[in-house]
Amino acid sequence: MSKILIRGAKVLGGEPQDVLITDETITAVGTDLTVSSAEGAQVIEADGKILLPGLVDLHTHLREPGREDSETVLTGTRAAASGGYTAVFAMANTFPVADTAGVVEQVYRLGQEHGYCDVQPIGAVTVGLEGKKLAELGAMHESAAGVTVFSDDGKCVDDAVIMRRALEYVKAFGGVVAQHAQEPRLTEGAQMNEGVVSAELGLGGWPAVAEESIIARDVLLAEHVGSRVHICHLSTAGSVEIVRWAKSRGIDVTAEVTPHHLLLTDELVRTYNPVYKVNPPLRTERDVMALREALADGTIDIVATDHAPHPHEDKDCEWAAAAMGMVGLETALSVVQRTMVDTGLLTWADVADRMSFAPARIGQATGHGRPISAGEPANLTLVDSAYRGEVDPAGFASRSRNTPYEGRELPGRITHTFLRGRATVVDGKLA
Amino acid sequence: MKRHLISAADLTRDDAVLILDTAEEMARVADRPIKKLPTLRGRTVCNLFFEDSTRTRISFEAAEKRLSADVINFAAKGSSVSKGESLKDTAQTLEAMGVDAVVIRHSASGAPYRLATSGWIDAPVINAGDGTHQHPTQALLDAFTMRRRLIGPDAGLGQDLGGRRITIVGDVLHSRVARSNVDLLHTLGAEVTLVAPPTLVPVGVETWPCEVSYDLDSVLPKSDAVMMLRVQRERMNAAFFPTEREYSRRYGLDGDRMARMPEHALVMHPGPMVRGMEITAEVADSGRCTAVEQVANGVSIRMAVLYLLLGGNEPAVSSPRTDRTEEK
Ligand SMILES: [Zn+2]
Repeated sequence: MSKILIRGAKVLGGEPQDVLITDETITAVGTDLTVSSAEGAQVIEADGKILLPGLVDLHTHLREPGREDSETVLTGTRAAASGGYTAVFAMANTFPVADTAGVVEQVYRLGQEHGYCDVQPIGAVTVGLEGKKLAELGAMHESAAGVTVFSDDGKCVDDAVIMRRALEYVKAFGGVVAQHAQEPRLTEGAQMNEGVVSAELGLGGWPAVAEESIIARDVLLAEHVGSRVHICHLSTAGSVEIVRWAKSRGIDVTAEVTPHHLLLTDELVRTYNPVYKVNPPLRTERDVMALREALADGTIDIVATDHAPHPHEDKDCEWAAAAMGMVGLETALSVVQRTMVDTGLLTWADVADRMSFAPARIGQATGHGRPISAGEPANLTLVDSAYRGEVDPAGFASRSRNTPYEGRELPGRITHTFLRGRATVVDGKLA
Repeated sequence: MKRHLISAADLTRDDAVLILDTAEEMARVADRPIKKLPTLRGRTVCNLFFEDSTRTRISFEAAEKRLSADVINFAAKGSSVSKGESLKDTAQTLEAMGVDAVVIRHSASGAPYRLATSGWIDAPVINAGDGTHQHPTQALLDAFTMRRRLIGPDAGLGQDLGGRRITIVGDVLHSRVARSNVDLLHTLGAEVTLVAPPTLVPVGVETWPCEVSYDLDSVLPKSDAVMMLRVQRERMNAAFFPTEREYSRRYGLDGDRMARMPEHALVMHPGPMVRGMEITAEVADSGRCTAVEQVANGVSIRMAVLYLLLGGNEPAVSSPRTDRTEEK
């Protein structure tokens, strides 16, 4: 029997408490846990640190199978653990595409074998992400991977009829369709947010309306067929308004925002540095402020990383030729602390909700996103919120280093991560 | 002046006037029996063209040769940029060969900026047109042409284009020439009006230092120069405007429209002109049209830019001073 005693941690940012882990489970939470119950326990002094439920990322790209030069399930889950995550949902745009039970089971098993973080595969909505024919959604759900979230992420399910059918079909087993909202015709040749900066730089524009029009359509479809829809990486003030309206109307919609859309703006594209090239693109200051507000008031339900690793050569080139995407697992909590906690918009308990409870609920990740109390699985993250330091990608566990934060000072650091009672990160280092 | 010439917006008024004045000196070389200066002897300039443009390349090459530079032409035609490594690899090759300046043309906006700022290469970079972003030497030669025509070659020395009203007509959305000209002409004190159908004006144009109009006829009588932009045929099928005929009727420059311009006003075109749609033969062949002068002025401007970025200390044109002394 293994025992770990975390002493004096601010549970969800509240009063300091002691938390006792026995094997895979939290067995006691309280002040001054008696010597007898904690006897023989390994003690972690957590004075002043914040204890959160293990973070859950509903939107990760692990690249395996197919692009192991960017990331693998092993390197990606090590990055996830470093960032305080105990579960990640792996997007389906791999090679081959995760559109069959075979591929999703393979990814799921790799996660279990490596043991750094639970990997919950997301299944493709359509065969080959081609938007034409529904993938075998039921078979993926019934596989060992137990897929509940379906997405063609990277591409939009733009055919209204296919989207309607997918929304209807997954009702049979309580699944959810996660939409990458991007009207394809309006974004042909798009390189960055369409607006003042794109006009000046002469880069192809990705207009806000290309995102908003799809979200508007999809919430109406979800209402019509009585299903639920999840909107990936909201990026505009207008999208927030549509989701707010849909929720007020009782439509079953949830939405996510990425850390980078909470902090960075399209002004950075003036550097033509492809590290800032991402889809959806970085938007304006006004959008950033609207997204922060919406995450604070619950219109946006969760933070998801859209961790998108790319090898150096895919970014060390001219803007137009560069791949889209940024890594995010290892910096997500720091960016959320900087933009939401240090600004007073969210408490740490709210952070636990947006980054663990709510994503686990949306993705039905059983065993994750649970309260920190006796009897619950010991999936936990300990955060040193007083830490300040510059981001150094050389120390990343992710195989790729395409972070937009290199050299930036960000607050907060994960000191410990526990996956079912086993430490995956100890004193800021992978175990 | 900055080390590189990437964007017309990088130039201050004084930089721009210095380039125009230097180009006047360079223009005089063209009138000599031997059109060559020793200024860049022993220096190597590479013309790095990832996109076809015979006109621009020949213009730069002529400028480089008149300054006695050694010229390397690198045409990466057909080499795919989709993998993206070609620019960096080529830059490092040129660096290893010790080139003293790189003139780059690229279909991707921002490629020259990347080349100049990524540490791949140390030499000065001159943008010869990147995507739909900038083409600064084109804007400089346009300004040079305007100053010569509206003020005069000698009277213009030291002058900017303060108070002149310039109209730019056509596909602003896809035009690096329009972007460069708006920046430079504004810096030189001119008032710029862009005229185009709303589909060919970029979202975000409201922050540019210029006016925007959809009505050519109302702008013409107030113009000192009208610059016609090329409309690519492929725009026709992309619903930017209904038909070629309708475009021509609303935004083309024909004899009737030219008659509405003030007597002194110029008609400009960056070339190559497609006669018919954006400009009629009557206008293109009239004495007001500066298209051919623009080509000649391009060489003088590029000589001036190369000299100022690479030369530096000695006077650009030493012998004309000797000529003048001899005249005394
Ligand atoms: Zn996406």
